[in-house]
Amino acid sequence: MRVADLRGQFERIGAAASFHVWRLGFASRFLGYMVLHSGTALRRFRLTMAEIYFAGVLSLIIILVSGLFVGMVLALQGYETLQRFGASESLGVLVALSLVRELGPVVAGLLFASRAGSAITAEIGLMKATEQLSAMEMMAVDPIARVVAPRFWGGVISMPLLAALFSAMGVFGGYLVGVQLIGVDAGAFWSQMQAAVDLRNDILNGVIKSVVFGIAVTWIAVFEGYDAVPTAEGVSRATTRTVVTSSLAILALDFVLTALMFTGGNGQ
Amino acid sequence: MQQKPIVEISHVSFGYEPARPVLREIDLTIPKGSVVGIMGQSGCGKTTLLRVIMGALLPTRGEARVLGQATAGLDRDSLYGMRRKMGMLFQFGALFTGLSVYENVAFPLREHVELPDELLHDLVMMKLQAVGLRGAAHLMPTELSGGMARRVALARSIALDPQLILYDEPFTGLDPISFGVIVRLIRELNDSLGATSVIVTHDVQEALGVVDYVYFMAAGRVIAQGTPAEIRASPEPFVNQFVNGKLEGPVPFHYPAPDYAGDLELAEA
Repeated sequence: MRVADLRGQFERIGAAASFHVWRLGFASRFLGYMVLHSGTALRRFRLTMAEIYFAGVLSLIIILVSGLFVGMVLALQGYETLQRFGASESLGVLVALSLVRELGPVVAGLLFASRAGSAITAEIGLMKATEQLSAMEMMAVDPIARVVAPRFWGGVISMPLLAALFSAMGVFGGYLVGVQLIGVDAGAFWSQMQAAVDLRNDILNGVIKSVVFGIAVTWIAVFEGYDAVPTAEGVSRATTRTVVTSSLAILALDFVLTALMFTGGNGQ
Repeated sequence: MQQKPIVEISHVSFGYEPARPVLREIDLTIPKGSVVGIMGQSGCGKTTLLRVIMGALLPTRGEARVLGQATAGLDRDSLYGMRRKMGMLFQFGALFTGLSVYENVAFPLREHVELPDELLHDLVMMKLQAVGLRGAAHLMPTELSGGMARRVALARSIALDPQLILYDEPFTGLDPISFGVIVRLIRELNDSLGATSVIVTHDVQEALGVVDYVYFMAAGRVIAQGTPAEIRASPEPFVNQFVNGKLEGPVPFHYPAPDYAGDLELAEA
């Protein structure tokens, strides 16, 4: 009896594992098909522009406000530590490097997944549930080219811009608290930041991260929506999966990218 | 039945799993210009048959020829080419919720033909006029009643002047007035466009008033066919039960179940 139980458990684990591998393969083929059929999204760029508005512009408030507060908290916490070592003038460096290298792409990515990723999944999932995608197929219009690809490119374009705005807002928040509130010297704050932040090592790597996160989050969001079980419950589950999976993907990818970019002696 | 058929289904069988066929040996011919009903109980395979006609499913055996082409040999582009000559009305309309009534009807035109805005406007307004909703062009789908949404969807499905119009349960959930409007529109549009229509429905009484010919399905087979008058007078017990909505007949009231007394544990008492 116990042997049979054990076997049943192994079978369940095996079935779950093979299902996930199969789904990853399906998602990869979906990505390939979508990229190959992106002609409409790029030729009729207005379709993609509408999605940049939907995913990017509508996420601005949460991104800007969060960026401001993250920068302000960084300045408060950073000042506390730096002044113990008499290095409070380096506050600008601390705030800028933390934001540009890590917090900008990662926190903006997490916010983007919850704000825009979930909305993309819900919208595509509902279109599937209400037969709008089937109706498009029947009108000889490929829903992946017409509906999914513009949303994918809209998200991929929006994400690095949002991360950049997050970081800029964070630096401004750091300036408000560090210089205006605490009284760190403004000249030292800005000049040390300028001297220490490197265009290639810091800013470019941060941008690369945000592009990678943008691709990952939007890919997961459009796939989950397209693959959703076409019922109310199915769409709600797909939306949850988008937020959970893309958040985990961001954190895992961040670790890998940081290991590749900032180790090996070229980090500042 | 002497005209050239628009849809020819010969010996078609289909199953999602080989062991459980949904369609068995279906033979069906739909001549040009006619309005044909495919009727039967829910789950009898009629929607699957519709999906075979639209080329979304390929027959496991047999051949489906639609608008002169066998669906089995078509690649994606040829299939889309065929669908451009078809219109489809989905059960609840399937309007694009993010677009206005006007943009919904304009959608297939914008996707497939490059037209100047004025001409596009005129075409959309003509289609909306045909379904009596020109005045609703600016509304969003959420502002429409069920019957209006169905009419807008109908206007959208005829936007490209299709040769074949497919209706999937077009009467579901409509009030008597909307229902009467849809029935009239199906006939009028079919005749004025010179199209051919296929209506898949279980609303038998309603559909018998509009169709020229009926195929009656049960358990994946065509069990009866004929004109509405012949179907009404059919001696086939299932058709008779279905058309007249009788409780007694070959379709039992009870879903198959184990012995009732045994279920209530009365057997041992």
